[in-house]
Amino acid sequence: MPSEKQICLSTSGLTKIYGFGAHRTVAVDHVDLKLYEGEVVSIVGESGSGKTTLAKMLLGLISSSEGEVYFQGIKRDISSQKKKQEYWKNIQAIFQDPFSSYNIFNKIDSVLLDCIHMRGGRNLPHAKKVEMMTEACSFVNLKFEELTNKYPFELSGGQMQRLMIARIFLLKPKILLADEPTSMIDACSRATILDMLMQLRKEIGMTVIFITHDIGLAYYVSDTVYIMEHGRFVEFGSADEVILQPKEPYTQRLINDVPKIYEEWDLSTV
Amino acid sequence: MKHTLQQIFRSPKFVVGFSIFAAIVLIVIVYPIFITDSPLGIIGQGTFFPPGIYVSAYDSLGSPKYTLNLPDAAAKRVAAKLGDQERADIRDWLVADGIPESEIDINNTEKLLEQWAQNYDPNKKIQGMTFAKQRYYQRLDTSLKGILSTEGAIIAQKNAETGTLEESNAINQADYVNVSEVASVRFLPFGTDNFGRDVLTELVAATRTSLQIGLVAGLVATLIGLTLGLLAGYVGGMVDDIINFVTNLFIVIPSFVLLILISYSVGQEQRGPFLVATVIGLTAWPWTARAVRAQVISLRNRDHVNLSKLSGHSIVHIILTDILPYIASYVIMALILQISSGILAEASLSILGLGPKTTETPTLGLMMNWAMIYQAHIQGRWWAYFPVLMTIALITFSMNLMNTGLDQVFNPALRD
Repeated sequence: MPSEKQICLSTSGLTKIYGFGAHRTVAVDHVDLKLYEGEVVSIVGESGSGKTTLAKMLLGLISSSEGEVYFQGIKRDISSQKKKQEYWKNIQAIFQDPFSSYNIFNKIDSVLLDCIHMRGGRNLPHAKKVEMMTEACSFVNLKFEELTNKYPFELSGGQMQRLMIARIFLLKPKILLADEPTSMIDACSRATILDMLMQLRKEIGMTVIFITHDIGLAYYVSDTVYIMEHGRFVEFGSADEVILQPKEPYTQRLINDVPKIYEEWDLSTV
Repeated sequence: MKHTLQQIFRSPKFVVGFSIFAAIVLIVIVYPIFITDSPLGIIGQGTFFPPGIYVSAYDSLGSPKYTLNLPDAAAKRVAAKLGDQERADIRDWLVADGIPESEIDINNTEKLLEQWAQNYDPNKKIQGMTFAKQRYYQRLDTSLKGILSTEGAIIAQKNAETGTLEESNAINQADYVNVSEVASVRFLPFGTDNFGRDVLTELVAATRTSLQIGLVAGLVATLIGLTLGLLAGYVGGMVDDIINFVTNLFIVIPSFVLLILISYSVGQEQRGPFLVATVIGLTAWPWTARAVRAQVISLRNRDHVNLSKLSGHSIVHIILTDILPYIASYVIMALILQISSGILAEASLSILGLGPKTTETPTLGLMMNWAMIYQAHIQGRWWAYFPVLMTIALITFSMNLMNTGLDQVFNPALRD
């Protein structure tokens, strides 16, 4: 863990409790997270371990029950709509399900135009906007001329997720929160999308929080890995440390759950 | 959008409902172009003229006459005045007068009339006969005069100077006029109402007003329900609690009682059709608000809404572009239902006498109210209320049918 680097995002005792009384569920339980600038952090856990809730709290989409989020060392303030918009210039997300991520009534152009407007490009000449959108699309191997005036649902799942990356390309946030961006698409597109994400990260130097249930994927992309179980971090450290020498039985189990081609797959723990 | 419309018009239920509704709207628009009479103009002196073609008796005197020798004309003439009921009544009177029943043959018209002419005395009191019955027999006697005559009738006019009657026209029994040649003919398919107004013209105007009332009531209810539902559902928290409280309050108070109280307190003079419509709308919104709130709550945590937030959009923008289009189909369905229930609510209010004031425009409810007050249903004047009833039924039926059709298109679980 390169400690000389600046801390970009951190949390202290972040907690989310849903419901009360008999229905009380602690989704995220006093989580402390430190995110250094420029690194890729994976948060790994099975479904229901609180990964997405944590992600939404980090994004400021839902409020936390307890604890604080610090952005660049300063306590995050998203009390007003304006402050939220300011915060979202720095942190952006890619969601799990590309099919439900887009408003089906909006055309692809408007999705990309929103990003340009958010970066203060509202008054740019139209030709310049088109140029920017074309550049973003070509970065993810899409042709803007073919996409213009189309609706997102006319694309395939992989194309939609690539469009999502094009969005990030235009927004150039400091932090990208990728919430299982490849879990809904086929294995071939997955590699392409991961590759594009990593390339984009290199290009604009952003910090990436990668949320996944696939520990193999986490090992492939990340510098630091957090293992999450029942809303808590049970183990964390550098990817090599956590995945090659796991200490916790839960981590061990997650590793065993990854199917391997040349070995017999141990289904007993699934 | 085009695809959705195609799907909607492929649903048989929607098409049937839409056709009925469109036909009603078309009649309401086209009819006043051809019949320009005032819908509340009183044309008949008297109440509840039965449906039929009304030919001016005076004008038919001056119309060209054609002689038609129809063999059954005389029999029809007799039958029209001396039906089975009248024959039986004559027998009853004669029997009461003391003539043995065996001597009376009610099928022998000539003999029966002869017996009647010989024995009937309008001044004679018969034990136990009501005054109304006595008057009936007097009327019957007058109408039977000259029934078997083979002569025609003579029309005479009084000479203004001498005061004597002078023959001006003669009508033979075999004289006919062609209805199309009579100067003044009025077709009253639904007769007249208790005030002597043409029911059809009135009905068309009433349907128009009722549709407008329904539309205003539906729009008001849907607009309030939609706004409150969107706010409660999207903003949540305290706002949701307050709106939910008010909505529940309106739901537990029966809205019809509220409607009656408001209509009553407004007063007869101030109650125009649009005020009544607004009042109906103001009491009908809670269910729309509830349903919209539920839908919005399920929508607000979807990823596309999150993405819109992350794109820096304001709450208003998100509600208008990311929430509203997703519930638009539901809102349209709710609007259709609100319109049809608005029409029904106006009818119910008017039957109770709390509808719009009666002097300016007829509404379907008011027509029912008038028919009820003047006892059309007791007197068997079906034309005063049955067409109104059918119109209300057809409007609500067609709207509900459209609604079910839309539901099947928008709700995949209901598709065949």
